[in-house]
Amino acid sequence: MSIKANTRQVDGVTVVDLSGRITLGEGSTILRDTVRELLGRGQKKILLNLGDVNYIDSSGIGELVSGYTTVTNQGGHLKLLNLTKKVRDLLQITKLYTVFDVFDEETTAIRSFT
Amino acid sequence: MPSTGRVEARLESSLESVDQAEEMARQFAEAAGFSEGDLDKIGMSVREGLVNAIHHGNKYDAHKRAGLRLEMEGPNLVVTVTDQGSGFDLASVPNPLASENLLKQTGRGIFLMRAFMDRVEVRRLSPAGTEVRMIKYPTPANGKEE
Repeated sequence: MSIKANTRQVDGVTVVDLSGRITLGEGSTILRDTVRELLGRGQKKILLNLGDVNYIDSSGIGELVSGYTTVTNQGGHLKLLNLTKKVRDLLQITKLYTVFDVFDEETTAIRSFT
Repeated sequence: MPSTGRVEARLESSLESVDQAEEMARQFAEAAGFSEGDLDKIGMSVREGLVNAIHHGNKYDAHKRAGLRLEMEGPNLVVTVTDQGSGFDLASVPNPLASENLLKQTGRGIFLMRAFMDRVEVRRLSPAGTEVRMIKYPTPANGKEE
């Protein structure tokens, strides 16, 4: 199964609910296109909900990093919500856990954008 | 841990082969008795190896194949991935943990293989290609899995 991305608005923040695998190919492409589309619409407060993402490979990690730098360079913020243990471990061993703002609760995450 | 012999495959240079190889490795290692935690690490490492072989090595060339060999050496799993590309110098692969590389989009494949497997060796093949040989020791039943 590849990835699904559904977006919703919460208090001016775009929450992207992702599910599936973020891997080389369709998974990475959908994530990239979603972030670009949001930026194109001027939505620069982005919260990626990874609660249902149980697998990310190096390409998926690269896509998260690319999304983070692209949004940041445009004056926005991209943050992460609800990491599974596997994804959290992966971000920790790649030293990216401290790069991203990571949250376990959506309300706290939403509030952090203000 | 039961022996499961050897499995070899020559795979097309396509993304489908990456998923196929990962599944083959997980099934092989599961039959050999590796733990669920080890299966995730093995699956991820084989995936990264195949991505390197097909994406960076063979560059999706339909005339080139990626090789996958799975075998047991005693209790240890040995995975060998080969490609028919132009090869690369391992020393030239930048450290993805260095601050100047942390936000780069690529360059974490070899690092992840080394993080998840117990030994990773890379060598150039003659006349062309690269071979990546990875070994996984089984985590003891009472051992701590990361």
